[in-house]
Amino acid sequence: MAEFLQFLSSGLTVGSVYALVALGFTLIYNASNVINFAQGEFVMLGGMSTVFLALAGVPLPIAALIAVIVTTAIGLALYRFAIEPARDASAVSLIMITIGASIFLRGLAQVVFDKRFHSLPMIFGAEPLRIGGAAVLPQSLVVLGGATTIVLLLWAFIDRTILGKAVIATAVNRLAARLVGIDTRRIIGLSFAISAAIGAVAGVLVTPITLTSYDVGTLLAVKAFAAAMLGGIGSALGAVVGGLVLGMLEAFSAGYISSKYKDAVAFIVLLAVLLAMPRGLLGRGKIERV
Amino acid sequence: MFVLHRVLATAACTLAIAVATGLSASAQIKIGAVLSVTGPASFLGDPEKKTLEMYVDEINAKGGVNGQKLQLIVYDDGGDANNARTFATRLVEEDKIDAMVGGTSTGSTLAMIPVFEDAQIPFISLAGAIQIVQPVRKWVFKTPHTDKMACEKIFADLKQRHLTAIAIISGTDAFGKSMRDQCVAVAPNWGITVVHEESYGPRDSDMTPQLTNIRNKADVQAVVNTGFGQGPAIVTRGYRQLNIGVPLYESHGVASKQYIELAGTAADGVRLPAAALLVAEKLPDNDLQKPVVVAYSRAYQQKTGQAVSTFGGHAYDGMMILVQAMQRAQGADKAKVRDEIERTKGYVGTGGIVNMSPTDHLGLDLSAFRMLEIKNGDWTLVPDAKS
Repeated sequence: MAEFLQFLSSGLTVGSVYALVALGFTLIYNASNVINFAQGEFVMLGGMSTVFLALAGVPLPIAALIAVIVTTAIGLALYRFAIEPARDASAVSLIMITIGASIFLRGLAQVVFDKRFHSLPMIFGAEPLRIGGAAVLPQSLVVLGGATTIVLLLWAFIDRTILGKAVIATAVNRLAARLVGIDTRRIIGLSFAISAAIGAVAGVLVTPITLTSYDVGTLLAVKAFAAAMLGGIGSALGAVVGGLVLGMLEAFSAGYISSKYKDAVAFIVLLAVLLAMPRGLLGRGKIERV
Repeated sequence: MFVLHRVLATAACTLAIAVATGLSASAQIKIGAVLSVTGPASFLGDPEKKTLEMYVDEINAKGGVNGQKLQLIVYDDGGDANNARTFATRLVEEDKIDAMVGGTSTGSTLAMIPVFEDAQIPFISLAGAIQIVQPVRKWVFKTPHTDKMACEKIFADLKQRHLTAIAIISGTDAFGKSMRDQCVAVAPNWGITVVHEESYGPRDSDMTPQLTNIRNKADVQAVVNTGFGQGPAIVTRGYRQLNIGVPLYESHGVASKQYIELAGTAADGVRLPAAALLVAEKLPDNDLQKPVVVAYSRAYQQKTGQAVSTFGGHAYDGMMILVQAMQRAQGADKAKVRDEIERTKGYVGTGGIVNMSPTDHLGLDLSAFRMLEIKNGDWTLVPDAKS
């Protein structure tokens, strides 16, 4: 039982990061039909910026705040300078643009930061809590709590504010949204900004556990994409569920089966979903009027 | 008059050619280096690059080797063996190097060996696995201690502490896997039994599932982690998080202050075999290696502002062995230099005292390794086991 709880806590921790990145994927996809493969880089930028600001002497909470703001600005810049000028291009071209942007951001990180691994101090110390025989790091609970808070805040924003309704409207039918006076360009920019912010927060929270370096974004983006597909691309709840499920699948397969194939799990899931269940667990089918 | 012009013109041309030939006679000796300056092996490759550059500058400032200046050409393979192979080919075909010191990781070294064997260029590797020099290849040498020696040093220490049942958690990279294979092979010779094994990918960020399985095995008396880069740091943190009480041994792949920084207080109590370089100032004064390691470590610290690591030390040894071989060979002729490298005897380096031979392209024995323990974030020397 203790073993199961240990794997569970490990799976939920890493799953929360996948969930947040997958949420970013979904937001941007919903608003603009673009799969933003630079999503992983937002996580990396959040973590690395905080590390370097802290090394420069800025107090940690302020460093984290500045890192999130800077990453959000980068997300907006990505939209404004790379995606928006190409808005009439095909979906594949836009995806390639985001892949190019992710390579650019990685290169920028190497130059501005450095190429080593870095860590951040854990917020509540490194002494693990004993829960049912499992040793759970307080930071894991912080990551889980942070993810839950973000999801709730996002839900409140989407459901309870006019701007949130505008985001849904843009996602449902962009042309109709424009016709009723919603500035869809600003909405899409907003979705990029929110995704970047979410990614950055995830990066700051999880760096004390997973360490960070300039290239953590790549594998993270692919796995989170698998998670988003698993949950159903286009469904925010699906993204969260997909992320958590993928994290747990990885942890359980590493613990119970073999740790050699942990990375393969995400890819197997992706293949299985694309082949057998393209809509994912919670995705809605496309309804077309003929 | 016309004839005079022609004579003068011919004389001028001849003089120009003579000068040009004279200039090319003092052409530079080209030394290639393919290092993993970025990527998961960056805390190995970065000090290697800095060390090579530092000492090439120093040697050139003193007049070079046999009157010729050295030119160092460094490429970064990012920890990817495929990139290493591409850069090796470029060094041979485009840059036309005379010798190669590099190959930060076992994976990249093994990928590059065929290139240098075919081109018949002496290659001094900076990687750990024993397969690099066993079977002995004519043109390939190495400076770091082998993974087999690391296993034996660890087992000697385990025997001294009367611990015989171990679990191995290894990285799936070439070095982690190779050292795991060596440890399993030599364990019976030391009376050690491997009761459980786990593995992790070199870029994994969470090893708690694997460590939980190890913790649940009641008969494990010690754990050996083979690998390098960030993996062992995360393993060590997970180890303390799960409060696994038995001793943890790391390999010499973590012999850098960066490992201690990343692992934090979790690294206290961890033992590892490493070169004397890490405890330079703490060595007894009659230790043969002390002057060399103290000089290198002070020079490195002063130049880069960073603490010294054994990986930079291996690069230093590689460069010095090569340069001394070139001096004995009176030039950069590849075959002569290779022969002289093979004749290296009594070279006191940061890794140990090197005595190479046609059957031994490493030249170190078990005494070159010291057993260290990490205490309060620093390296300390453990009294030698009776090995």
